[in-house]
Amino acid sequence: MNEYITLSLILFTIGAVGVLVRRNAIVVFMCIELMLNATNLAFVSFSRQHGNLDGQVAAFFVMVVAAAEVVVGLSIIVSIYRTRRSTSVDDASLLKS
Amino acid sequence: MFDLQWLLIAIPLASGALLLIWGKEADRFGHLIGTAASAASFLFGVVLFAALLGKDAEARSQSTSLFTWIDTGTFHVEMGFTFDQLSGLFVLLITGVGTLIHVYSIGYMEHDPRRRRFFAYLNIFVAAMVTLVLASDYLVLFLGWEGVGLASYLLIGFWQHKPSAAAAAKKAFVVNRVGDIGMALAIMLMFAQFGTSAIHAVNAAAPGAGDGVATALGLLLLLGACGKSAQVPLQSWLLDAMEGPTPVSALIHAATMVTAGVYLVVRSGGVFDSSEAARTAVMIVGLVTLLAGAWIGCAKDDIKKALAGSTMSQIGYMMLAAGLGPAGYPFAIFHLITHGFFKANMFLGAGSVMHGMNDDVDMRHYGALRKAMPITFATFALGYLAIIGFPGFSGFWSKDKIIETAFGENLWVGLGALLGAGVTAFYMTRLMMMTFFGDKRWKDDVHPHESPKVMTYPLIALGALSLLGGLLLVGDWIVEWLEPVVGEGEHHELAIPAIALTGIITLVAASGVALGYFTYGTKPIAAETPADSSVSVFTRAGRHELYGNQINDAVVVRPTTHLTRFLVWLDGKGIDGFVTGLADRLGETSQFLRKPQTGFVRSYALTMFGGVAILVLCLLAVTLA
Amino acid sequence: MTTFWLLAPIMVIAALGLLFARKAVHAALALAVVMISLAILYAAQGAPFLFAVQIIVYTGAIMMLFLFVLMLVGVESSEAVRETISGQRLFATVIGLVFGITLVLAVGQTVTGVVVGLGAANENGNPYGLAELLFGKYVLAFEFTSALLITAALGAMVLAHKERLTPRHTQADLAARRMREYAETGRHPGPAPTPGVFARHNAVDTPALLPDGTPLEESISPSIVERGQVRSGFDDDIDTVVDQLATDEQRDSDGFGGEK
Repeated sequence: MNEYITLSLILFTIGAVGVLVRRNAIVVFMCIELMLNATNLAFVSFSRQHGNLDGQVAAFFVMVVAAAEVVVGLSIIVSIYRTRRSTSVDDASLLKS
Repeated sequence: MFDLQWLLIAIPLASGALLLIWGKEADRFGHLIGTAASAASFLFGVVLFAALLGKDAEARSQSTSLFTWIDTGTFHVEMGFTFDQLSGLFVLLITGVGTLIHVYSIGYMEHDPRRRRFFAYLNIFVAAMVTLVLASDYLVLFLGWEGVGLASYLLIGFWQHKPSAAAAAKKAFVVNRVGDIGMALAIMLMFAQFGTSAIHAVNAAAPGAGDGVATALGLLLLLGACGKSAQVPLQSWLLDAMEGPTPVSALIHAATMVTAGVYLVVRSGGVFDSSEAARTAVMIVGLVTLLAGAWIGCAKDDIKKALAGSTMSQIGYMMLAAGLGPAGYPFAIFHLITHGFFKANMFLGAGSVMHGMNDDVDMRHYGALRKAMPITFATFALGYLAIIGFPGFSGFWSKDKIIETAFGENLWVGLGALLGAGVTAFYMTRLMMMTFFGDKRWKDDVHPHESPKVMTYPLIALGALSLLGGLLLVGDWIVEWLEPVVGEGEHHELAIPAIALTGIITLVAASGVALGYFTYGTKPIAAETPADSSVSVFTRAGRHELYGNQINDAVVVRPTTHLTRFLVWLDGKGIDGFVTGLADRLGETSQFLRKPQTGFVRSYALTMFGGVAILVLCLLAVTLA
Repeated sequence: MTTFWLLAPIMVIAALGLLFARKAVHAALALAVVMISLAILYAAQGAPFLFAVQIIVYTGAIMMLFLFVLMLVGVESSEAVRETISGQRLFATVIGLVFGITLVLAVGQTVTGVVVGLGAANENGNPYGLAELLFGKYVLAFEFTSALLITAALGAMVLAHKERLTPRHTQADLAARRMREYAETGRHPGPAPTPGVFARHNAVDTPALLPDGTPLEESISPSIVERGQVRSGFDDDIDTVVDQLATDEQRDSDGFGGEK
């Protein structure tokens, strides 16, 4: 059991670090997806651990929400790219003091 | 008709406002309006006074209320006036002498471009002074009190282009504020203790209020009286106030305003009768001022300042009389009135002399003026005889009565007053000798001449009053007249007959005259003031006004200045430093804190992730612990 | 367990590829590997329904979306090597390591109970069990997700929509406008005349000549006219050419003549 959780944790950490170090907005988005998937793995594993399907339902919901989020997020990236001709997250720093 | 007594105030007040507002077109005839307003007020005063004479003694206090000034809960003040025996006399003195001085000023101020403004201020002064004496409530009295203070300030500083005049005006104003603190506190104390500030109510309630309250009230009122009447220790402003035009000195700083303190003490007789301590304090202040003023009068070479010292001294007499209780009140008022006549007369005479001497005030540059200015000399001589107490003249009767009453109170007080009479005779003789007798010591370009008629007629009128003022005492008229207001005084039996005491007083005055004559009338007088180092220590002290200014500086001004500097320093460095320092630190902190605000999403995300990591570590630590 | 040990290293390496791939397409491929591996792990853990959904939704739909967007933005777009925020990489690595190691160690220390397994829950088949939960216990949340999906679809349409503010001009419109301008202002409908052509000059600064010999200003670029660099072209050209020819002749007779 612990192996699955450990793998989930490693994937989550890699995703988090990816969000922090990558500058291409699309890749950052992929890293977020990786983090979501890592949690899904944990959900499924715990579902097996406890012998009920609630964890799988949760993973299912995460997938649905992730799909919705990807649709909106990617369209945001596209519209930013249209105006700024760039997909770097560092270029969208208008909130700087 | 007495309901219209507010007209006594309204006429000069309206005239003053009119003169101030009208503008340059009124320059040609403004002085006539001002004089007419004062004269109208005087005539109406005479009518009212005559009506008062026709009434019974009990009906001679005529009160009227113009409107309710303040009405909040238990705090109720009427804008009320009372025309009674005392205020009636005062109204006649103020408007009568005031009108004569208005007439005199037409000539005296003829070449001054701001004459219209001068008459406006004089009118305002008359209005305020009449308000002061007519008031039936201490708060209304305070209104007039401040009004005359304002007029005094404006008129002392009338020639404000002279720095000395501007400084003198400020000094008078500030010193008067010190006295006003006493007045204001007294009125507050009345509200606190009696719930009213109506004069008759306070005087009626004072005997039942206990000794402490009466003493506090009396001392506070005395402080106010000292400020307004230039009594020791608040005397320092009066000599500087001579910077004002001479008619102002005559009207405000000799005849009327400076006597307001005496009026206040007499008006508050109920308070002072209830407190032996307060009464004694008034007496001591009067005696000290009497001698100090006479001392200063002996040493000054400036004719106006010598007369100002004399004024201080004479008001000291009045204060002394007022401090003697109901027995002295009528004589305080009597002396006040006769003094108003002869001192106004002498000030105007001095002004006439200055008019002929190119505004030179140094008596050492005068001499032998009696031939050049015969009318001025004659009228001045009438005033002189009155003030030294030459038998038959007004001052003889009034001063004699005060000294007599003082002897009845206490031998030493009587001796002090007697000494004052001798010194008065000495310094007035000195003044006469230096001004009108002896050799010519005129500067080369000075051509003394008699003043125009518009100036000499008021002098003649006042000279006549100086001579005849004593008639008020015929058959003890003034004592009986004022008795309903000030109460009946107990009569002390003297060890010697009154006629013998009168003889002694006359003898003392005569020896003062003789000393003055032999010192100044028989020997030539130096045309320049001898240096301080060559005169006696007494003269030096007198010249420096008994070091009153130095004492004030050392006791009050310098410590206050240092305190102020310290407070400014504290405010600047301490409080401001703290506040601005706080703001600066806050700004610096903000400057520091804004650096992490790069606007980069990843940077914010890193912070968040770091926070999560720390949270995990904490959770772990808690679990393991 | 064999499946796990086989797939786990692949997944970690693919995830690291997401971190280090220079090109976005490579990162997408690495992510696809992770996702398919995950699907297999789901199947191995008794979640066949999620296995199918993972394949269809993630690798099928979401990854396709990513690739579409990459196509839109440009496959070759790769990020700059230089890090813009100083210390970001270092701190991210350090915090990531602290976070990961702490949690991994913590999980390693944890003693989990007996694995119950999904035998009982999947008695009627895994989709059946899930459906019972979804349409029973979680029906409200399920309905909300439908609302969320519709909203997201609308949002994406709104965000991606480009509003046309002016009507499009067709070629016929442009031609009609040119003719109208000619009628109203007299502006020439055809192309502007070309500059004159002379052998001696770079001719863009020399105006063309009309048949009567006068220069045509419009044949020159307005900016050259503005700068005052227009050459008249024929005033002294003849003299210059004559002079040139004369010196050439002189030189010929001097130099080559001696040789002859």
